[in-house]
Amino acid sequence: MIVKSVKSFWNVLRRPASTLSLGFLCIGGFVAGVIFWGGFNTALELTNTETFCISCHEMRDNVYQELRSTVHFTNQSGVRATCPDCHVPHDWTDKIARKMQASKEVWGTIFGTINTREKFLDHRLELAKHEWARLKSNDSLECRNCHSEQYMDFSLQEARAAEAHSTFLATGEKTCIDCHKGIAHELPNMAGVEGWN
Amino acid sequence: MTMYGKLAAAAFLIGLLAMTLSVEPASAQTVNVIPSLKGLSGSEDMSRNEEPPRLSQVEETDRPRPRNYPEQPPTIPHSIEGYQLDKNGNQCLSCHARGRVAESGAPMVSVTHFMDRDGQTLATVSPRRYFCNQCHVIQNRVPEALKNNFVDIDALLAVEAAN
Repeated sequence: MIVKSVKSFWNVLRRPASTLSLGFLCIGGFVAGVIFWGGFNTALELTNTETFCISCHEMRDNVYQELRSTVHFTNQSGVRATCPDCHVPHDWTDKIARKMQASKEVWGTIFGTINTREKFLDHRLELAKHEWARLKSNDSLECRNCHSEQYMDFSLQEARAAEAHSTFLATGEKTCIDCHKGIAHELPNMAGVEGWN
Repeated sequence: MTMYGKLAAAAFLIGLLAMTLSVEPASAQTVNVIPSLKGLSGSEDMSRNEEPPRLSQVEETDRPRPRNYPEQPPTIPHSIEGYQLDKNGNQCLSCHARGRVAESGAPMVSVTHFMDRDGQTLATVSPRRYFCNQCHVIQNRVPEALKNNFVDIDALLAVEAAN
């Protein structure tokens, strides 16, 4: 039964069109492709907004609340970073890869992996470690979306910052996330984390 | 009333009498007994809301400041805006802990911070010294609110030696 329908479908596909013109099919196909691609990308970008991220209560009640008092949320200049700026790569191939990984988060939402405060706190260290590992492996790529060490003016920084950035960061010995853990969300229990008590 | 009750009442009344009689008469010099309500705002009229002063900036010199006496906890010469200091993590120690000072260049927490209350030195920072902000503070750039008459011991000894 299935074999028969597949066969008939294949017969329709392999034969040339009898009523529709070539121009209609080609140009129409092209236009339809553009519309599809635009729609697909728009939907993808909608999932790349802060509003979308905090539509889940797990995010809104936990990490978003912690973000609100930090410098990336509100600061002197008003230049800020939203969820995708740090958690989703900007260039297309890496972005799609991350979006495919996000199916894990869809699973988590459906099956409630962190849907209570207690569950969230239990998973906290593990989730943080994932993010630290990600940023370490891509050399803090998301930080460098906005912060460029090449154009950092050390004379305007605090003495400690200028020293640390001009030595460790400039040589590539360390990357942003090595020192700036907890810059956006609160730290989990840091016992056992390298560089912390 | 019992005998003891009467005795207690009598003792109370005698005490009260003694207190009222022992009060010194007010000297002729103090005319205004009520203290001034000026405070730091400078205005006695408490019905008006004075415009609050602008928020002050943290003094970030990154250099140690002079200490007024040996036991004084040094003041923090940099901003600690957003530094997490709770059960989960101590961000101060991420630079000032013993194992971190080689890389950070920050002064190590003094050895007194490793001692428990019996004077026993522990391997890590003692829990009683964990919350840095209980003793160490930042300094802001503000004019002095009150005049400070504190005299350093060295200044005191110098005066004594001169005499």
